[in-house]
Amino acid sequence: MQKKNGNGNDYKIKLNNIFFAYRNRNVLENVNLLIEKGEFASIVGPNGGGKTTLIKLILGLIKPDKGSIQVFGKSPKKARQHMGYMPQYAHLDMDFPASVMDVVLMGRLKKSNLWFSKKDRFEALNAIDELGMITYVNTGFNELSGGQKQRVLIARALCNSPDILLLDEPTANVDHQTEENLFSILKNLNSKMTILLVSHDLGFVSKYVKSVICVNRQVVIHPTTIMNGAIINDIYNGDLKMVRHDHRCSKEGHNHG
Amino acid sequence: MVDVFYAVFDPDNLFLKYAFIMGGLASICFGIIGTFVTTKRIGYLAGAISHCVFGGIGLAIFLQANMGLAWFDPMLGAVLAAIIAAVTMGLVSLHAQEREDSIIGTLWAVGMASGILLIDKTPGYFNLASYLFGDILLISSKDLLYVACLDTLVLCSTIIFFNRFFGVCFDSEFTLLRGINTSFFYLFLLILTALTIVLLVRIVGIVLVIALLTIPPAIASFYAKRLWQMMLYSVLLCLFFTWIGLGVSYSFSLSSGPTIIVLSGSVYLILLIFHKLIRS
Repeated sequence: MQKKNGNGNDYKIKLNNIFFAYRNRNVLENVNLLIEKGEFASIVGPNGGGKTTLIKLILGLIKPDKGSIQVFGKSPKKARQHMGYMPQYAHLDMDFPASVMDVVLMGRLKKSNLWFSKKDRFEALNAIDELGMITYVNTGFNELSGGQKQRVLIARALCNSPDILLLDEPTANVDHQTEENLFSILKNLNSKMTILLVSHDLGFVSKYVKSVICVNRQVVIHPTTIMNGAIINDIYNGDLKMVRHDHRCSKEGHNHG
Repeated sequence: MVDVFYAVFDPDNLFLKYAFIMGGLASICFGIIGTFVTTKRIGYLAGAISHCVFGGIGLAIFLQANMGLAWFDPMLGAVLAAIIAAVTMGLVSLHAQEREDSIIGTLWAVGMASGILLIDKTPGYFNLASYLFGDILLISSKDLLYVACLDTLVLCSTIIFFNRFFGVCFDSEFTLLRGINTSFFYLFLLILTALTIVLLVRIVGIVLVIALLTIPPAIASFYAKRLWQMMLYSVLLCLFFTWIGLGVSYSFSLSSGPTIIVLSGSVYLILLIFHKLIRS
């Protein structure tokens, strides 16, 4: 694990004046963001607001039109080996013939190795076990439920022991119980790594989330502010925090007027 | 059907023996490449490549007859056209985010049309149907050598790069993040597909290529749980369909390509209905 940081700060991810446009539509404008080591942040915002774009910029899958991104003080491309990524599972081919083990082993792909070693299989098994999927090692990926698929994809992101874990909508299409289980797994992982996740839910995030990154080019008014703690307790059994949009934001703070 | 068995071993029927050997050998690369084409969902790319092959064949025949380039045989033209088409379409699908379908559709049609125009300008008789629908009479001992070489290439590449091909087909973006050059392996896969299509054209013809490339893997996907299993089942199914199809076409004096396709297509549809009924 490398910890070279030019300015001596313990910032893992640094985004500086990022501009990104897709088909002449500005997705991100002048985004500045610092993610500290050990952070557990939820990225929220409306659809098309740039949440996935932000993740892909950090991974170096797309390049910003303006601005600079540094991960561990390096370019995203060079830092990739230390990042684990879980894409939205809906983007994958659900008919693809692969076992859970086959999918997780992808996380051990390396430029230098053509085939998987015993160590690769061992690490993959460990990651599968950590996500509580050990009984499904030889099950077909396409036979799993949505929540189980998410877990397998998190195991795949984990099995190379990353320093940063990036998750794109890990709780999409799963029920509340599954979501809670997932978050308690993530909370444990957070002691070892920085976690950044995209959430489709605008108003609520898990109680384990330390901060919220609100991504939208424009200011959004959130009606959730009228809810008090008692109502939240009634609905969600008190396992959630309300998002405070004055806390940390993607651009120049934001005022909800 | 028994007469087919005797006919294959009749020295007067050397072409039939070749056809059966060709079918057997070709099933190996068809099954493997067909599995990649199906799982990566690039059937339309394969279709476009096969029609561009016709352009290459037309060009070769034109150059042989009109320019005196005797060494430029149709097989060479087909291979060149297939590789150029594969690389062009691969680059288009990697880089052009919009209009990909239009570009590939255009190459598909223009490849075919230019083949016809070149043949129009070539004197002499040309049996178009044998290229469109395949003709086992066209198969020579040279073809058997070609297909054996291609089998070796496809098998070795698949064994050596299995994990990379798996990654490119299942989740290319993630594979790229693991430091693998996904564009290279995607283009490599397309070139292997192109070469396989050239051979496939000899057996079932340009129009029916996509069917034989995609039907066996489609059936295999009902039963296969892992990628290598799907390949194995596809190879066996392909072997079954080509041999039974050849036998039936010989016994009833039918065109071999369409016989193979109708046979495999019906088996697929019957199994599809069967599996839908079981599920419901």
